[in-house]
Amino acid sequence: MLDAAEISRYQRHLQLSEIGMEGQEKIKTSSVLVIGAGGLGCPVLQYLTALGVGTIGIVDHDIISESNLQRQVLYYQTDINKSKVDTAVERLGKQNPNVKFIKFIDQLTNKNALDILKDYDIVVDGTDNFATRYLINDACAILKKPLVFGAIHKFEGQVSVFNYKDESTNNGVNYRDLFPVPPSPEQAPNCSEVGVIGVLPGIIGTLQATEVLKIITGIGKVLSGELLFLNALEMQFYKVQITSSNQTKVFSIDEYKNFDYGQFCILNEEKPVSEISVSDLKYMLESDRFNLQLIDVREINELPVVEELIEINIPFALINEAVIKIDKNKKVILICKSGVRSKMAIQKLQRDFGIKNLHSLRGGVTEWLNCKNV
Amino acid sequence: MKTEVLFFGIIVDITGKNRMEIDNCKDTFSIKTAILNEFPKLNSYKFVMTVRNQIVSDNKILNNGDVVAFLPPFAGG
Repeated sequence: MLDAAEISRYQRHLQLSEIGMEGQEKIKTSSVLVIGAGGLGCPVLQYLTALGVGTIGIVDHDIISESNLQRQVLYYQTDINKSKVDTAVERLGKQNPNVKFIKFIDQLTNKNALDILKDYDIVVDGTDNFATRYLINDACAILKKPLVFGAIHKFEGQVSVFNYKDESTNNGVNYRDLFPVPPSPEQAPNCSEVGVIGVLPGIIGTLQATEVLKIITGIGKVLSGELLFLNALEMQFYKVQITSSNQTKVFSIDEYKNFDYGQFCILNEEKPVSEISVSDLKYMLESDRFNLQLIDVREINELPVVEELIEINIPFALINEAVIKIDKNKKVILICKSGVRSKMAIQKLQRDFGIKNLHSLRGGVTEWLNCKNV
Repeated sequence: MKTEVLFFGIIVDITGKNRMEIDNCKDTFSIKTAILNEFPKLNSYKFVMTVRNQIVSDNKILNNGDVVAFLPPFAGG
């Protein structure tokens, strides 16, 4: 039952005959798990809180960094380095004190996912990498939970509802019916930092929150069996039908827990990649600069600029074409933001061109700046 | 016959454009072959092809005015 304050707060929902008192009570008794409190998670959380969802679980192990603020509109400048989940819950609690929040400040893995997801009616995927997306999809398939999927890339977004079954037309297709297996890490730019326009997660996240509202209240037609694409530059929506593939199998719980999802951007270790530490690099720069070549594999104009490390900039995507610039007579250090792309670039160069004198700066420029004054 | 081809997501990073026109391709296999010949890097990428908003896995004969799209998965959030 809604109390007098709630009747006042949700008046605009109560005025809609499609929602009304019954619908608002459904919203109040529903529970939604939002995985990822980043670009997509922020608008999803803000709207679900405003709508009056009874219980909202939030999973994220990350802290707020300055570069999040361009699109993660729940966070303030003063929140940098604070936990996303703690900050989100503090702020959302002020937005709507009727909502109960449950925090999971932890990385979601196939070991803990089933336990975390099982208590919720609906799961929202706002994560930023394929490994986690597939493990959420598979967990929802096992638990038979509807999954509201959203993903973004530069100027484009995707939305769908997976694993949603109703009496009429929806047969509960899931992500694997569309893309049976994830792309290899090299084709998946999730480990590196891909640009995105700040408003895009706002649009896609709001569409996800809309689907959550529709599933809870049973109004409208849920975006199941279809994948919606948005190209924000052309402002075109493009919807494709997903048909159930008979080959898509649901894991048993044991298979699921033992499956290697390749999380944490673990690369196929065909040949080990040599890594050097910030202090090693500092020493080399001081003692043997002439025999050193520095290659920054971040995007052109990617920040921060580190004066001491400027030499050659070859973005990761172009590394094959730039192979000619690599000096085989020097010790070549590849550098990126966090040390992931530089490792992948070295794997590619070792495998495709047999180049051997390559080393990755562990922790990338982030670690360099952290250790700079130590 | 000209067919309009649309690219999405990371595929745009490879092709450098989000649409193009292809001449004289009668079916989706020949469109795919033509695109992969022009952009061989795409061979290692995952995508689905659609014609008139339907995903096609087998070969499909194209009609005048059909739009073919190459849709990859997105990961970002």
